[in-house]
Amino acid sequence: MSVHQSTDPLLHEFAAEVGHTDAVAVVGNKTRWRVGGSLRPETRLVRAPIGVVEFVASEMIVRVRAGTEVAELHQELANAGQRTALPERGGTVGGALAVGENAFESLGRGLLRDCALQLRYVSAGGETITVGAPVVKNVTGYNATKLMVGSLGTLGLFAEVVLRTNPIPPVSRWFRGAADPTQTRDAVLQPSCLLWDGTHSWVLLEGIEADVDAEAEALGRLAGFDSVAGPPALPPIRLSMTAAQAATFNSSDPFVASIGVGTVWASSAITPVLPDHATLEISARLKAEFDPLGRLNPGRSLTAQPGAS
Amino acid sequence: MTKLWGRLHRGWPANALEQALTEIVGPDRVHTDDAHRSLMSHDASVFRGGVSGPICFPTTTEEVQAISRVAVAHGCAIVPRGAGTGLAGGAIPLGAPIVVSLTKMNSILEIDLINRVAWVEPGVLNLDLSNHLRPLGYHFAPDPSSQQVCTLGGNVANNSGGPHCLAYGVTDAHIVALDVVLPDGQVTRLGGLDAEPTGYDLRGAFVGSEGTLGIATRIAVRLTKNRPAVHTLLLSFPSVRAAAETVSAVVAAGVVPAALEVMDQRITVAVENFVGAGYPRDAAAVLLAEVEGLPAGAAHEASLIESIGRAHGATEIRRAASEAERALLWKGRKTAFGAIAQIAPDYYLHDCVVPRSALADVLDQTYEIAERHDLIVMNVFHAGDGNLHPLLLFDAREPGTLERVHAAGSEILRACLAAGGTLSGEHGIGVEKQQFMNEMFTDADLDHQERLRRAFDPTCRANPGKVLPTGHSCADIQALQQVPSGIWG
Repeated sequence: MSVHQSTDPLLHEFAAEVGHTDAVAVVGNKTRWRVGGSLRPETRLVRAPIGVVEFVASEMIVRVRAGTEVAELHQELANAGQRTALPERGGTVGGALAVGENAFESLGRGLLRDCALQLRYVSAGGETITVGAPVVKNVTGYNATKLMVGSLGTLGLFAEVVLRTNPIPPVSRWFRGAADPTQTRDAVLQPSCLLWDGTHSWVLLEGIEADVDAEAEALGRLAGFDSVAGPPALPPIRLSMTAAQAATFNSSDPFVASIGVGTVWASSAITPVLPDHATLEISARLKAEFDPLGRLNPGRSLTAQPGAS
Repeated sequence: MTKLWGRLHRGWPANALEQALTEIVGPDRVHTDDAHRSLMSHDASVFRGGVSGPICFPTTTEEVQAISRVAVAHGCAIVPRGAGTGLAGGAIPLGAPIVVSLTKMNSILEIDLINRVAWVEPGVLNLDLSNHLRPLGYHFAPDPSSQQVCTLGGNVANNSGGPHCLAYGVTDAHIVALDVVLPDGQVTRLGGLDAEPTGYDLRGAFVGSEGTLGIATRIAVRLTKNRPAVHTLLLSFPSVRAAAETVSAVVAAGVVPAALEVMDQRITVAVENFVGAGYPRDAAAVLLAEVEGLPAGAAHEASLIESIGRAHGATEIRRAASEAERALLWKGRKTAFGAIAQIAPDYYLHDCVVPRSALADVLDQTYEIAERHDLIVMNVFHAGDGNLHPLLLFDAREPGTLERVHAAGSEILRACLAAGGTLSGEHGIGVEKQQFMNEMFTDADLDHQERLRRAFDPTCRANPGKVLPTGHSCADIQALQQVPSGIWG
């Protein structure tokens, strides 16, 4: 008997609904529904269970069912002054983990893949599988949690997750100025986000008041940075590149580059860098091992062209 | 021994294997003598019974690749090895495999400050990298106690931690990409320098896989910028429970320090005798706390920890007034294990994690368990992570002692699991904790872990007999020809 086995009846109901025979996928709020391509039309759609199961503020972890909306989760965490690395864009917890995209403030919030501590998913065989552990540090067995995050539900359908939380800084302010992004990055010590649209840099500074003021002064010495309400609007296509490439990204169409990270939001797609042959072989074997009949999210591929939504 | 190899390697004469390996790396970098094989049959764990085959010291990815192909051709298993500082027996060769020592691949290849990564070879020592980065204003965040001698390849294999992983995360969070020689001899890159590499996160699956998914030959590590302000505090407490409860209260207050380390009185006195770090000998426990960040925030958090400590009965609170004092405090913590030789000739260092709120209760249990087994236990641990390191002291020359040590260790692990914890926070499973995996995971859970392994290594020739328990490891069926008896000491 595993000490970490779930007794949550909603998870068992979800596993039964997923079953073990036909093509199936989880639908959330469809905020990133087209990522990875279109589902095969015969695919049955199910919804993951919802609700925050347990939040222990002093442990800085939260157990939440995958169908819960990120906004709802964050609202509950905010009551205790905490948040997670999950992006807030109207989607569900399970959807965010399945897609695996980081929040644009990842410099301050951390990477999505690092905040998932334990994951329960329903396998292609209809069993509830647990990977990871509900503690902040764990190297027990293979790190299948990492494998699952960003897998688009092609290896298992997410039912519940334990997430690491972080304190919400007391002060959070955006600044905008006509400054070179690399110089801006060098001017501040600890930005939570740094965006650049080809002419202006946006900087999110977080911390206690005195530190934010000091960082803002450093920006002021670089160029005329103004306090603004928030980040710029992000174009619809999300691109992934190195931090160095993002810092020199150029396009005649509108774009926003995340400096120090490498994500670029653009108006048109570029061909993604695909893994090499050996990695694709391992990926194919993984899919065959975890979903031999190809019933989980059929039609979706991790190597598809980036999509808008 | 030659006869034994022939039997273990499915009829291939040992000299054919040696000859093939010698053709790859030359005679000076293949060792088959008893001294080398005896040395490589051990690591820093208490486990014995390893049997090494030929030992190779490659210097390039191409050589590692060629060795892997020879392993395939000869039907051999292959075991990578760094400095051998692992404590779970992960590097112990089982069944006379080819041992691939990566210690001669020890170059820092590239420092890329724009992408904030460094490309390194697996044999680079952990501390050497941070020393190299210090003048540039960066460091490599994971800092295991063995950082002066452990290699980055070993850190990757074990997903190593260290005191400063509380705020920054363990090794996995600092590995961006890996060039890996797969068990079939193919070379691939896992992960990448781009923000969100395409495909499954095979990089994440590889880190912490204990050499069972392939051999990393080039590693891109994330560079962490040194923070402008650092405060190191030493708090003394009248009980271990008070120190543990302070840790919980600090985190509950929304503070995530860079490090929160607790040492009980026995180990504190031993350390003080060993290095004279300025620790109080009369405190039942000391808490070493470090906060860093922007100046005002770090100062605020340091003050908060001091006031929480006072509220929990701290009898003395000291802030390091200089970098020299800070370094001395950390020297004490990081040499704690070496200090034990004053007390007993042998020790067994455990590694398990519990929720922070359970720290005090599980610590009480470790003392009770040790006393019941007539053993001395010392506790020095990464309290902020809930990562316990009970040290069971003993003299292996006394008949029956090792059995008591293993019995007590098993009870401690089960106490951690019962408290909602996990079997290992940073040492890994190796051969040490395989038999406990069934207590943490269901058969179906373990079956999925085995599927992950098979996807990388369908023929199960990479470090067989590790991580997964018997019955869940394909290694037991295929590549592992013979598990030596007496592995448990």
